[in-house]
Amino acid sequence: MTAAPPTIAPAGGALATDDLSAYYGTLEAVGNVSIAFRRKSVTALIGPSGCGKTTLLRCLNRLHELTFDACVSGRVLLEDCDIYEWGMDPMAIRRRIGMVFQRPNPFPTLSILDNAVACGGRRLNRRAKIEVAERALRAAALWDEVKDKLTRSPLQLSGGQQQRLCIARAVAAEPEVLLMDEPTASLDPIATAVIEELMARLAERFTIVAVTHNMQQAARVSDVTAFMLADADGTGRLIEVDDTAKLFTKPSDPRTEDYITGRFG
Amino acid sequence: MSPIDRGFAAVVYGGSVLFALLIVGLFVELVLGSWPSLKAFGPSFIWHSAWDPVANKFGALPMIYGTVVTSLIAIVLAAFVGIMAAVFLADFAPRWIATPLSFLIELLAAVPSVVYGLWGLFVLAPLVRTAIGPALQHVLGWTPLFSGPIYGVGLLTGGIILALMIVPTVTAISREVIAAIPRDLREASMALGSTHWETATRVVLPAARIGIFGACVLGLGRALGETIAVTMVIGNRPEISASLFAPSYTLASVIANEFTEATTSLYISALIELGLILFLVSIVVNALARLMIWRVRGSRA
Amino acid sequence: MIGTARLHRRRVSASLGTAVTLLCALLCAGALLVILGYVVVQGIGSVNRAFLTQLPHPVGVPGGGVGNGILGTVIIIAIATAMAVPVGLLTAIYLALFGRGTVPETLRFLSDVLSGVPSIAIGLFAYTILVAPLKHFSAFSASFAFMMLMLPLLVRTSEQAIRSVPQTVREGALALGMSNFRATMRIVLPTARPAIITALLLAIARVTGETAPLLFTAFGSQFWETNPNRPMAVLALQVFNYAISPYANWQAQAWGGALLLILAVLILSLGARYMLRQASRRLES
Repeated sequence: MTAAPPTIAPAGGALATDDLSAYYGTLEAVGNVSIAFRRKSVTALIGPSGCGKTTLLRCLNRLHELTFDACVSGRVLLEDCDIYEWGMDPMAIRRRIGMVFQRPNPFPTLSILDNAVACGGRRLNRRAKIEVAERALRAAALWDEVKDKLTRSPLQLSGGQQQRLCIARAVAAEPEVLLMDEPTASLDPIATAVIEELMARLAERFTIVAVTHNMQQAARVSDVTAFMLADADGTGRLIEVDDTAKLFTKPSDPRTEDYITGRFG
Repeated sequence: MSPIDRGFAAVVYGGSVLFALLIVGLFVELVLGSWPSLKAFGPSFIWHSAWDPVANKFGALPMIYGTVVTSLIAIVLAAFVGIMAAVFLADFAPRWIATPLSFLIELLAAVPSVVYGLWGLFVLAPLVRTAIGPALQHVLGWTPLFSGPIYGVGLLTGGIILALMIVPTVTAISREVIAAIPRDLREASMALGSTHWETATRVVLPAARIGIFGACVLGLGRALGETIAVTMVIGNRPEISASLFAPSYTLASVIANEFTEATTSLYISALIELGLILFLVSIVVNALARLMIWRVRGSRA
Repeated sequence: MIGTARLHRRRVSASLGTAVTLLCALLCAGALLVILGYVVVQGIGSVNRAFLTQLPHPVGVPGGGVGNGILGTVIIIAIATAMAVPVGLLTAIYLALFGRGTVPETLRFLSDVLSGVPSIAIGLFAYTILVAPLKHFSAFSASFAFMMLMLPLLVRTSEQAIRSVPQTVREGALALGMSNFRATMRIVLPTARPAIITALLLAIARVTGETAPLLFTAFGSQFWETNPNRPMAVLALQVFNYAISPYANWQAQAWGGALLLILAVLILSLGARYMLRQASRRLES
């Protein structure tokens, strides 16, 4: 059933994986994934629940290894440099690869301003802080809504605003890649539309990899789509990667076709 | 790992190791401190009843007897009242009664031991001498347990004070255990036409019995080691007598009373050995209790 | 007919049973109110300015106070807290962040064991390592014993508090490239702070009225003693000594001291409850 893993790599990758597998203890959650993410585009990772999309995403900024008993094999190349190579500093890597989580997770004890500059803003004076925050918040299309309450707690913001604050927080570090783990999963349709619009704009500056289990969303926001599926052992495999338009109209793998036409749950 | 995180981990490990060392040190020091006594008396320390500092002869039996009897009185009284109160708070009381009442009972646990002792000495002990004691003697005086002169201070008074002190422990933990029993179990019973009372006594309590037993054992553990309050009302006499009205001694209260007056090193060592016994017993009792509470709470978590 | 009679009997026993449980709950709460009431009535007369600020008078001389005992209690608890907080917090951080496997489980078990060890045994420990070798009683040895009493509560409750900070908040910090150290200090601990302060207040409440280990550590003093290397007066110890004395005016002072102890514990408990509400509010939103 598990044929040779597809290695169709859209040209010009800023970030790529090479034969990447991820484990929880002895369970192989993601198996032999090789994929290159196209520079300054949105790549959507789709697939049914439990197919390893999120695990794959968490391998890309070395967050996976923080889970108890978790480990990774294979390579993840950021500008042709393996981030898992011995001696690489995960903290430095995470500054170059930002992440937005499934649920908005602003830091509850910091103000909106301090959240926006949480990465590296500690040594700035207030003026410089506000400057950095404004740039990030504008990029996240949040500045106008919060500019008068920068010292307030982020918990007073709506869910959609909190999520944009988290995007601003990630953007403030000027990363090269932005990972998004179902960024709209906990939001209402209107807030979702705002974030989707934002993703298109952010793609002009960053290489974006977004996990979603909503195929319509993938079709709307992404340039490239990658489809994953768990095999009989529960190991997530990369089935197909292609331009979004092509993958949704003329998938080359029958399993992809089954999924996008709704034959899997 | 970055250097700063390596340092952080090292400090965190260091703190934990220090914590572990403190606990191990507690045990080691108690053993070392009681070494002279252990060497002089061996295991017979536990079953010898002579406690004679003048002749340098020490046996722990009277104190073990006093500790066991007062704790048993306490747990018998506290278990019934505490479990019933827990049932009320968990199953019967509406929230607006249960919340303040639980808070009051928790406060009972926060009252300092020395305050219980003071109250026991000046209120409870006279009450036992003039009212409770004579009444019990009137009804049950034919048994050796309730015969003999009533001093006011003694095993019974110590037991009652201890019961007051451990009832919050029994209530609070039993309530938690009862609240952890799944709702559908109650609803199944109610659906069969049982009353609330029948549901509580025939379904909920049996289902929670291990955890409730654990709560009682934990209370017993507290009672065994309680010092100041008991010292103030037990009468402080190293004798074994059948009557609950008689003055006695517990392991903890003899240490409290005599430690600063102990002159010879063997005397001090014998007192530390009493502390060692207390320490070991409390470990066994507490480990047992936690195991039982974990079994109920853990399996449903 | 038989059916209704049985039903009637079941209803009666149900009401009786409920009444018994209510009675038991009221008995517990009532016992507290009786003891509190007694202490207030007996103690209120002794509490005045002199009582709070003066040294104890010798036997037979009326008046005098427990000022040095109050001061001693504060000093000893302050030193105990200063020692218990770092050790307790570090252990809690270890258990919460690195805590899986046999070693942490053993540590948790040891901590639970320590919480059940009678305070008098802990007092003996303080005596054997800090009093006997130095050949004199000291306030510091009392602080050491108090620290041992505070630690298990502090460790387990702080561990819970740190654990209750959502994992995503911590990962959010790490995903920004923060070090484990900074993520913990700047994000996780501040979020858990109200719950940790709750634990600390409860731990302080626990030792405020503690007497047994003081008998052979702090020992007591008749003077304004502030040197932790010397014997020191402690309020709880004064209450104990006055209570078992045969003099009426000392016994009255014991009630006054008991009132102060209860007030202190009450305030600490209410403060802990307030902080707990803050903590749950912070995690809800």
